[in-house]
Amino acid sequence: MTAVPPARGHGRIRSPWANYVTTARYLALFALACFFLMPVYALLITALKSPSEVSVVRMWQWPHALSLDNFAIVWPKLREGFTNSVLMALPASVLSSLLGAANGFVLSKWRFPGADFAFALILFGMFIPYQAVLIPMFQVMSYSGLRGGLYGLILVHVIYGLPITTLIFRSYFAGISEELIEAAKVDGAGMLRTFVFVALPIAPPAFAVAMIWQFTSAWNDFLFGVLLTNKDRWPITVALNNIAGSQAVPFNEAMASALLACLPTLLVYVLLGRFFMRGLMAGALKG
Amino acid sequence: MMSMSEPAAATSAAAASSLARPRAAGIRLEQVGKRFRGGVDAVRELDLAIEPGEFIVLVGPSGCGKSTVLRMIAGLEEVTSGRIFLGSDDITSELPQRRDVAMVFQSYALYPRMTVRKNMAFGLRMRGTPRAERDRRVAAVARTLGLEPLLERRPAALSGGQRQRVAMGRAIVREPRVFLMDEPLSNLDAKLRVTVRAQLTQLHHRLGVTTVYVTHDQIEAMTLGQRVAVLRDGRLQQFATPQALFREPVNLFVAAFIGSPSMNFVSATIAGGQVRFAGHAIALPPDSPLVTADREVILGVRPTAFGPAGVAGWAELAVKPVVIEELGDERYVFFDLEAPRVDTEATRAAFDARGSDDALLLPDEARARFTVRLPADLPLALGQALTVSLDPRRLYFFDPRTGSTLA
Repeated sequence: MTAVPPARGHGRIRSPWANYVTTARYLALFALACFFLMPVYALLITALKSPSEVSVVRMWQWPHALSLDNFAIVWPKLREGFTNSVLMALPASVLSSLLGAANGFVLSKWRFPGADFAFALILFGMFIPYQAVLIPMFQVMSYSGLRGGLYGLILVHVIYGLPITTLIFRSYFAGISEELIEAAKVDGAGMLRTFVFVALPIAPPAFAVAMIWQFTSAWNDFLFGVLLTNKDRWPITVALNNIAGSQAVPFNEAMASALLACLPTLLVYVLLGRFFMRGLMAGALKG
Repeated sequence: MMSMSEPAAATSAAAASSLARPRAAGIRLEQVGKRFRGGVDAVRELDLAIEPGEFIVLVGPSGCGKSTVLRMIAGLEEVTSGRIFLGSDDITSELPQRRDVAMVFQSYALYPRMTVRKNMAFGLRMRGTPRAERDRRVAAVARTLGLEPLLERRPAALSGGQRQRVAMGRAIVREPRVFLMDEPLSNLDAKLRVTVRAQLTQLHHRLGVTTVYVTHDQIEAMTLGQRVAVLRDGRLQQFATPQALFREPVNLFVAAFIGSPSMNFVSATIAGGQVRFAGHAIALPPDSPLVTADREVILGVRPTAFGPAGVAGWAELAVKPVVIEELGDERYVFFDLEAPRVDTEATRAAFDARGSDDALLLPDEARARFTVRLPADLPLALGQALTVSLDPRRLYFFDPRTGSTLA
């Protein structure tokens, strides 16, 4: 015991073995991280190799020269889908978040008799599997003439997102002081103006969470997209499937396409991410 | 989309461009009751008439319904029965946003994303006051309250005292017919509270707006209120000036609640023109209405009704001090009586409300303990026999069963 002097640092008394334990812990974490990042590594380097260099044997090797040729090859095939997805996912997530905010506000801060029952019904929507509503949805959209274009798809995503966005905003607003809403009432604001001037300005963290969530799920959706839109309105997930699903798979192209297809969700996360955890915590601790 | 359906409120707000003095309105509560879902009666058959321009305080222990009354006047809580009038208007079922009242909340409830200026202007903006008028009024109130350097700040960048002032300013800017204040000083530290208390009185004197102020602190109630309404269990106990509450409490609860240090109590018997308690006997003054009575009572004596021995016409009591508190000019002397402590629901509620319930260091105080105020130059020592005198005209008697004052 006397052989090792107590490690010192930061004014805290630590065990003499602390340094070794810490080192071991970081080594283990690093090893695990490497393991989990292997597919990402494969994706990245394959996408960045020149097409002539791609082979299954040299899959793990670092490319001789970085090349963007793969992207140039797949981009024409993806461009239309990419545009469609942007045109669909952005409005779908914004609208769904706004409506969810209105729902959440009314269900937590401007309550009406039966609010909890209404909330339970809305939440129920979260647990209905896609497949169960597929056929009736297809029929409704056909009858109403919304099938084929993007509007129908946007509508479906807005509605399908409502349960989760309502949940997010209800939890968030539940954590807000009741007196704030009452102050607005006494100051002369009705429901709409309290929502617009008092509740919405303090909701950006909840918006970040709802937007990330909604954008990701609308962007990644394949089933509704392939079902409800015509070929010229297919979202990028369908286009991606068509590339990866060809007879002989040029996997460099698949990798490049996949990378392109996931960039927007990464971008949204990077832009809104710093609110994400805060928003989740705000929702988690109260209500 | 945003409804502007408050023409009445808007025009009346615009009309009141000058000082608020002439607009002060009285408030009348008639048989107001509030029953919460689940059957709890928070307020029962409350009658209260508040004069225009009056500063009244609602005070009582927690759960006595004082905040509920305030919130019913604001319209934040529905009235179960009875009616509420603001001036001559029946506002019982009027929406809060249509009532011309301003409220200061305990948490201040400042809008976090708005600057101080926007916070203060919000109520005017919602009522459609023109921009120029808003700016003028915010500037005037900001000058009065010393908020000018803070106008562009957000609430998060303000200290507690500054937030409190902004909350006040937000109410004053509105020039409402009534101010409602829900424990607005409870988040300030003790020293600041005393300062702000005095300023509140000054401000009310200047603005002359009818004010209803809720607190659980009886000292705050006494110092601020022109009249004080004491509530307990949703019932009005007494509505009177601080002096009247102090001198003529209607029951044991009010007597125990009002005054600091609080009134001393002991069980006693009245017979033959004398009141007897714990081995002492005091002759009642001949004009006392109880001089011919023969009954059990609870005797109450204020600490200030005592004096050093030898005052002409006063009764004398031989006691043994157990605690002496020096206050400079005077001292409080505590002694025990050979009689059980008076422990009724009323006294317990009153002491709970004073916040001393679970602060007892020595919980086995089974005997009645008296506190008396004596001059500091009177020689005395702990445990040594001492004779104090007692003004027999300042004795209070309460019915042991009902707790009401016997007169």
